[in-house]
Amino acid sequence: MIIVEYTIFSAIAVLLGASTLAAANIWLERRMLGLWQDRYGPNRVGPFGIFQVVADIIKIFTKEDWIPPFADKPVFIMAPSIIIFTVLMSFMVVPVAPGIGVVDMNIGLLFFLAMSSMGAYSLVLAAWSSNNKYALLGGMRGASQMISYEVFLGLSLLGIVVMTGSFNLREIVEAQQGMWNVIPQFLGFIVFLVAGVAESHRLPLDIPEAESELIAGFHSEYSGMKFGMFFVGEYMGITLISAMITTLFFGGWLGPFLPPVIWFLLKTLIFVMFFILLRASLPRPRYDQLLAYGWKVMLPLALLNLVVTGGILLAVQ
Amino acid sequence: MISIIKSIWTVLKHTFSKPVTVQYPEEKPYLAPRYRGRIILSRDPDGGERCVACYLCAVACPVDCISLQATEDENGRRYPDFFRINFSRCIFCGLCEEACPTYAIQLTPDFEMGEYDRQELVYEKEDLLISGEGKYPGYHYYKVAGLKIGGKDKGEAENEDPPVDIHSLLP
Repeated sequence: MIIVEYTIFSAIAVLLGASTLAAANIWLERRMLGLWQDRYGPNRVGPFGIFQVVADIIKIFTKEDWIPPFADKPVFIMAPSIIIFTVLMSFMVVPVAPGIGVVDMNIGLLFFLAMSSMGAYSLVLAAWSSNNKYALLGGMRGASQMISYEVFLGLSLLGIVVMTGSFNLREIVEAQQGMWNVIPQFLGFIVFLVAGVAESHRLPLDIPEAESELIAGFHSEYSGMKFGMFFVGEYMGITLISAMITTLFFGGWLGPFLPPVIWFLLKTLIFVMFFILLRASLPRPRYDQLLAYGWKVMLPLALLNLVVTGGILLAVQ
Repeated sequence: MISIIKSIWTVLKHTFSKPVTVQYPEEKPYLAPRYRGRIILSRDPDGGERCVACYLCAVACPVDCISLQATEDENGRRYPDFFRINFSRCIFCGLCEEACPTYAIQLTPDFEMGEYDRQELVYEKEDLLISGEGKYPGYHYYKVAGLKIGGKDKGEAENEDPPVDIHSLLP
């Protein structure tokens, strides 16, 4: 009984934590983009503009939530909830600290990969149900981008799985006691980072949205809180990918002096900042460039990493 | 690949550069004297209106926001009966200032003219007239023009020779 209660409590904690972090991310991104573009960003509402997020949330909840008459209504309503659902499900397996986390699955890594693949449905269904040319173009791009990069997202992690001998995220973290995975698996880290950016369709790889070409792409027709859900889903996706990078490559909660939770959050924050830095500095590649880069560079790199890791492990044994 | 890392590094270095933003309501920006802001009507050094109601500004205005009516006083001096600028139309292009032959209409570096009621943006002559001479001090149109008005005959303007008596040129 106590275990069930604990699970419910931590589920609520992770749910609130993830959505609060997503809201904080919006503020953080705007401030950091401002900093890197030599301006201030929101600094009027509350100290350092932190209540800008609150104002935005009030605004987005009170806005008209319009469904176009030509849209496929049930699918149109369902699509934004899928992205939130998949990302929150992935947060379930994130090992925040010893004893903190919703479930301890022995296939946690596979669960994360499966759930992030499901996120592609959100884009495609949103695009299809919008019945809009630009949305459809964005959805097609999104589908091909996410399916392509899904391959390397999985393959780049197999090196770690081979080294650890487990799909359990907690065991992967504990196996990094001696050395963080980023050192032996540097190639895997690079591939995972790029694939992670593509998977969360963040700038510079925001091909499905591409405001300048596709007028926000797959969510052109969305307004009010449905748009907000895509937005929150994206920011929770960044947090998720950052948390996974921390867990898989940078020793998760491991670290001296500070409590494990602080270490985990600190490392995650650094990668969230890196995502924002990428947005501030890099232009968007062309759609065909992105796919060619994926299949011609990332796939061989990921396979090479896997083969070399496996070969060395066999030789050592 | 190297160029990508270079551009990330360049942006990261901007963490330590000062923002260029002017925090407007607290910190006022410097505006050049020739900034094209609120339009005013200036006066000549004697305190009279410089405007001679020639309609050139109204003609030059691309959005037709200036309307005026010419009239004359007892000395024969032209002045506008009313002079109205609709600032909700004005695009602050400055063409009226360029067209003005008497330096009467001028643009100033003031832009804080927000109103809650649109009708308040229509400025009448008493709103437009200032007590000073604006950007061209010392200029007095009727004192340099050759026009005859009450109190000033032909040839009495500054830098003007008396009119030539054509009969004195007879052989």
